[in-house]
Amino acid sequence: MNGTYGSFAAPLPGRLFVVEGIDGSGKSTQLSLLAQWLRGQGYPVVYSEWNSSPIVRATTSRGKRRRILTPLTFSLIHATDFVERIEREVVPALKAGAMVLADRYVYTAFARDVVRGVDPGWVRSLYRFAVVPTCAIYFRVPLETALRRILSGRPKLKHYEAGLDLALHADPAESYRLFQSKLLTEYERLVQEFGLTVMDATRPVEAQQRQMRNVLRPFLSGGVSQPEPAREAV
Amino acid sequence: MKRFESYAGGIPGVDPAELTGWLIVIEGTDGVGRTTHVNRLREYLERAGYAVAETGLTRSDLASRGLRRAKQGNTLGSTAFNLFYATDFADRLEHQIIPALRAGFVMLTDRYVYSLIARAIVRGADPDWIKQVYSFSLKPDAVYYLRIEVPELVPRVLATGGFDYWESGMDLPMGEDLYESFVNYQRRIIGELDALAREYRFETLDATLSVDEIAEDLETRVSRLLETRAGALDGRTVP
Repeated sequence: MNGTYGSFAAPLPGRLFVVEGIDGSGKSTQLSLLAQWLRGQGYPVVYSEWNSSPIVRATTSRGKRRRILTPLTFSLIHATDFVERIEREVVPALKAGAMVLADRYVYTAFARDVVRGVDPGWVRSLYRFAVVPTCAIYFRVPLETALRRILSGRPKLKHYEAGLDLALHADPAESYRLFQSKLLTEYERLVQEFGLTVMDATRPVEAQQRQMRNVLRPFLSGGVSQPEPAREAV
Repeated sequence: MKRFESYAGGIPGVDPAELTGWLIVIEGTDGVGRTTHVNRLREYLERAGYAVAETGLTRSDLASRGLRRAKQGNTLGSTAFNLFYATDFADRLEHQIIPALRAGFVMLTDRYVYSLIARAIVRGADPDWIKQVYSFSLKPDAVYYLRIEVPELVPRVLATGGFDYWESGMDLPMGEDLYESFVNYQRRIIGELDALAREYRFETLDATLSVDEIAEDLETRVSRLLETRAGALDGRTVP
């Protein structure tokens, strides 16, 4: 299909690395370890997370607090925020040759919005403006492992976070479980569709990080800001 | 009989078969007299016994404040602005338009997605993309397009408070001063609305005619529309 996500592959000098996965997959931990490594190698690193513009955030909070967001407006307000993030942070940093690290990207929206009943083709077209990442890594984790990591530490789940708007279950924890399980199914579809690199997120943290660095190393060569060689002592 | 449908994709959780009202759109550029005619049409329809509801751009519960703030500071990028407008529209569609249609009201809307598509295209959005973004919107029963040319528009705007920053496209801007930008911006907007009028088959009305002439024309067209529909619903006539 023409005019969908994937058509904006601007040849920018930087690199865009994305981590994806459900809550509790360990992706954020891995991304911050990666940032350390890249900085240590002398690369300029820019970290990018969802949610940026204060104006849009006020509207998102209003919608969540008053629970007036529908699947459609949830999708659109997050896309509004996302485009600000892309145009104000990601693209300028890529133009400047930075290593841009994104904790969640369009795939989060594709999974989340489609689970909420939004048309898959529509949401892919909505995000057409998004630059295609250099490499996107999906942290595959069994549902129970992720749930244990999340539910043990932080039992107070928010309305939309728990997927309570989907009316899957009245109990927040049970609703969250069902919601996450649907997200997992959707993510597996996305792995196929967009060729995401799959990481086994049940392995030890340091083993995953080693693998992640090996996967990304080939993409670093030819970067604008070449690191000073042999500064890595110890 | 299927009364309403989206251009594509649909609206999650909404069955268009439940919608029984009428969706009537008044389109046209800034200062052309849309609000006057929405009000006249509303009075006319209520006299005739129809329940009427109305809505217009940036009146959503969810996003109207944020949009106002964003406009004050002009701090959002143009794509984000387009999507913010789409959020506002979707909220009004789901919380104002659809409930009214479900209750059998005549929903008069002062501009619809077309004005939003036009303003986005003039600000550089890809036409296919922005149309796709709004493809969830319901196809209206009728779109009445109040058409005017820039030379006729200028004196009206001067008479009613002068040139507005956004209605002159000063965020772009499109000229050396407010007047020049207004002229160039409105010419582009009208050009886009003309193109959309062909694509989406609007009924075009000459907005330079007198208010009474336009109002009568609109009343005739709307009456005809509502009668046809009523007949079709009662099974008296099959179009």
